[in-house]
Amino acid sequence: MKIVDDSPPVLTALDRPNSYIGRSVPRPNLQRLTQGRGQYISDVTLPRMAHVAFVRSPHAHARIVSISAEAANKAPGVIAVVTGAELAKVMTPWVGVLTHLKGLKSAPQAPIAVERACWQGEAVCAVVARTRAEAEDGCELVEVNYQPLPAVVDPETALDPKTPVIHPSIADNLCFERKLEVGAVDQAFAESDAVVETTFMFGRHTGVTNEPRAVVADWNQGEQRMTVYHGTQAPHMMQDLFAKHLGLAHHQVRVLTKDVGGSFGIKVHTYADEMATVALSKLLKRPVKFVADRLESFVTDIHARDHRIKAKIGVKKDGTITAFEIDDLTGIGPYSVYPRTSGIEANQVVNLTGGPYKCPNYRAQARVVFTNKNVMCQYRAVGHPIAVAVTEGLVEQAAAKIGMDPLELRRRNLIADDAYPTQSASGLKFELLSHHEALAHLDAMMNYAGLRAEQSRLREKGIYRGIGFASFIEVTNPSAAFYGVGGARITSQDGATVKLDAQGNISIASGVTEQGQGAEAVMAQCVASAFGVPLDKVRVITGDTDNTPYGGGTWASRAAGIGGEAAWQAGKALRQNVLAVAGAMLQAKPEDLDIRNSVVVDSATGNERLPLEELARVAYFRPDTLPAGIQAELMVTRHYVPRAWPFAFTNGIQASYLEVDTDTGFVKLLKHWCVEDCGTIINPQLVDEQIRGGVVQGIGAALFEHCLYDERGQLRNGTMADYLVPMAVEMPDIECGHVVSPTADSELGAKGAGEAGTAGAPACVMNAINDALRPLGAATLTDMPFTPDKILRALGKV
Amino acid sequence: MKPAPFTYKKARTVEEAVAMLGQQADAKLLAGGQSLIATLNMRLSTPSLLVDINSIGGLDKIELKDGMIEIGALVRHAQAERSDLIAKHAPLIARALPHIAHPAIRNRGTLCGSIAFADPAAELPACLLALGGEVVAAGPKGKRTVKADDFFKGLFETALGPQEMVTAIRVPAATAQTRTGFAELARRHGDYALVGLAASARTDGKGLADVRLAFFGAGDTPVRTKKAEAALAAGNIDTAIAALELSPHDDVQATAKTKKHLAGVLLKRVAAQLMEARA
Repeated sequence: MKIVDDSPPVLTALDRPNSYIGRSVPRPNLQRLTQGRGQYISDVTLPRMAHVAFVRSPHAHARIVSISAEAANKAPGVIAVVTGAELAKVMTPWVGVLTHLKGLKSAPQAPIAVERACWQGEAVCAVVARTRAEAEDGCELVEVNYQPLPAVVDPETALDPKTPVIHPSIADNLCFERKLEVGAVDQAFAESDAVVETTFMFGRHTGVTNEPRAVVADWNQGEQRMTVYHGTQAPHMMQDLFAKHLGLAHHQVRVLTKDVGGSFGIKVHTYADEMATVALSKLLKRPVKFVADRLESFVTDIHARDHRIKAKIGVKKDGTITAFEIDDLTGIGPYSVYPRTSGIEANQVVNLTGGPYKCPNYRAQARVVFTNKNVMCQYRAVGHPIAVAVTEGLVEQAAAKIGMDPLELRRRNLIADDAYPTQSASGLKFELLSHHEALAHLDAMMNYAGLRAEQSRLREKGIYRGIGFASFIEVTNPSAAFYGVGGARITSQDGATVKLDAQGNISIASGVTEQGQGAEAVMAQCVASAFGVPLDKVRVITGDTDNTPYGGGTWASRAAGIGGEAAWQAGKALRQNVLAVAGAMLQAKPEDLDIRNSVVVDSATGNERLPLEELARVAYFRPDTLPAGIQAELMVTRHYVPRAWPFAFTNGIQASYLEVDTDTGFVKLLKHWCVEDCGTIINPQLVDEQIRGGVVQGIGAALFEHCLYDERGQLRNGTMADYLVPMAVEMPDIECGHVVSPTADSELGAKGAGEAGTAGAPACVMNAINDALRPLGAATLTDMPFTPDKILRALGKV
Repeated sequence: MKPAPFTYKKARTVEEAVAMLGQQADAKLLAGGQSLIATLNMRLSTPSLLVDINSIGGLDKIELKDGMIEIGALVRHAQAERSDLIAKHAPLIARALPHIAHPAIRNRGTLCGSIAFADPAAELPACLLALGGEVVAAGPKGKRTVKADDFFKGLFETALGPQEMVTAIRVPAATAQTRTGFAELARRHGDYALVGLAASARTDGKGLADVRLAFFGAGDTPVRTKKAEAALAAGNIDTAIAALELSPHDDVQATAKTKKHLAGVLLKRVAAQLMEARA
């Protein structure tokens, strides 16, 4: 795929010599990763390292009557068999609540189940052995006597009085509830010329990272220190949690995150089995490794979505949207996940629905209920794919109902590009968005009129193609408003430390983390540009709580916008420090000097004055030759946190073109377009890769991915053969376009780009399928994923 | 996902492999391992002995013998894909091969392994059945030949005895009159199909004779539908579709009802392939 139509980023002050901002430079870790020299946690091996495997509950809900470890303890290679009760003495339980989600409640969760298992796959006993194979052999020998309990599997009936309450310690199965009403909703519906009311379903799915979750914990009894090699998105958050629940101080815990084989949001949570591994290392005083295998990934990696939304839109004949109304119900498993909670997705659905439009009337209800299935939490684009599919599904159904072109209806309702700053009906604050420019860009890029003509020509031949759209907004660069204000010890600020070495090279230590998305490239670009060196002089270090500034890591599309700004500011500050030294050495005013290509130059003429290598030599080895009072400060740290806006919202619009085989119900994706606005684009290739990858994950939700549970709470398709992730052959070419509206909150002006693709893709695939089938009188499809079964049923063929 | 402990033995000859199979009642043969290793790692299968046949000489040949194409037990899918003999004389198999999983799997997996494993959703057992092929099996009493029609007995069950191994499969070499058809519907390319159809026939004037239709993913075994075959030979596609007698199961990808509907769609498409003039 070629990168199409990258608008040049708007850069003025940023456009210095060595400016890599806006350029598709290769990522610095490319050679290492492609040559197989990555250091994933799965690769870590330590002396005396043991492996843990877990005995997992085969029941969705059961009392653990007894556990007999006698045979397992005697098995070859087994070092220890540890139950939940035994591990509870080493590590305290946790409760996943946040104070700003009022009323959200959950029950204490232990690293290994004590007394009760609450979902199929929950660990009930750990077997530690010399090898993973021996640990698994040991697991087979552990005898667990279960007393099965009734399982709560259907969110629809989870709150019924006759449904058992999962946790006796809390009153009911309601985790969280939110209601919102803005404007005059009933009146707006009454005054509408058309009302569309429908129910959307979003299947449960999961992240399926290339590298499964992995952790190696190493308790050093002599040093009284825990080192955790952890495939996580948020090392400092995990440092805090490991310390808290082991009763240690922060400085007694080091979290090292080397290469991470993809995360997509699933590696930013507290997992009981990972916590157990860390506790086991402390208990056994030796390194313990846990790498989830695919089977346990499917039943323990967080699931997401699983929402049922009753939704309603009112519209006038002229296309004016009068009101939105939604009622969201979601089942999250037996625990709210710690520490970000499982209430965020439903909360986001309430916040985001209707977000691109100027409609002032909005009513929403969301209920989050406990069930005996795997836990649910934040996964890429949290809530966005749901809110966007509901909003955009309603918009296109309304357009069809009043006989208006779906793009035209959007033109008449999207918030005007000159209306900013403004806010949504739900109260989201928008600094600067570009819905109309993005729509116009998309219209031209896809040749919409031409496609419509082709569509109608082909219909005459019995070929049913559909075009679907999705306008969207995306939460990026979160401030403390996301978690900090709710009492979670999750930092929204981030930092970068830059250092000039004795040869004039630069190293950066950043608090954000590399998950394979290219964050290291972005940090290098920011610092090289701000400081004035070629990229090959820059080395980036991430993922080490001993050696990087305190930071939030990678989530909510924050790495480039927040971590990048910190790196940019650190690079600028180091430049000032270096020029102060250079001024003293050259008897020049620092403000008359600049650094270009690793050389101090006269900024006016560009004449070379002093190579950085020479400056570093003098500063480090002959500081005695510097004038009195000049102390070279060649290491600088800067932090950044968004303050002016709670979130840097981005926006965009996507379109899908596809063909439905009306005999088989199979969907062939022909083309996908995305125009988005993430502000300043630091690396166009990485942005487009994020968009494309995100689109593919969104397509997965629309067509393929679904964690299917039976009525006993058993996952029916927990293997890579049965759970369908989208694969290359079925994917369309994805063209990306950009509009650039920088945020004024930072100097770089970069917003996030990691989730836009996932936010909009399911909606436009859904809309395109319905557009294709509308002339056949098919029932409107709103139940994701859209399988051949469902499409054939909508067509009345089965 | 680590296998339970097992003993591993490498056989150098077919006779040695057969003898080793007799050493443990639950012994399994290892050829390409593309189904076996996954079931071992998931501990769905815990044989105490694995007999590796990969070092047995002479089993990796594709040969034309007495009007039959013979495919040895160690012929990999990838080798068959590149084989001129297969392309020319077993065009149905050539049509089916690109649908089988992915290149990495086709590099290791064997055609005979797929036949012996008898997954009802797999392509090759249906091809063998559609072609009226046969299986050559070696056991303690020597070799015997089993017709494809008699080979597939039930879900993952075949006519092979506990101590028998497949040494080759044979299919009749295509003639100028041979027509073949193949289609499957899989959610993603390379997946096991929701339902698929392998077919062969002989042109007979303007019509077809000796029609053999073998559906896969439509029951416990690859399934022939003889009434539909007769109807198709009589030139009536709609009657053939109406005559389909299939009992597919519901699974996570599709309901039985959908599969039956899709089988009819496939029959229509494959019938069109059978009617095409041979290139």
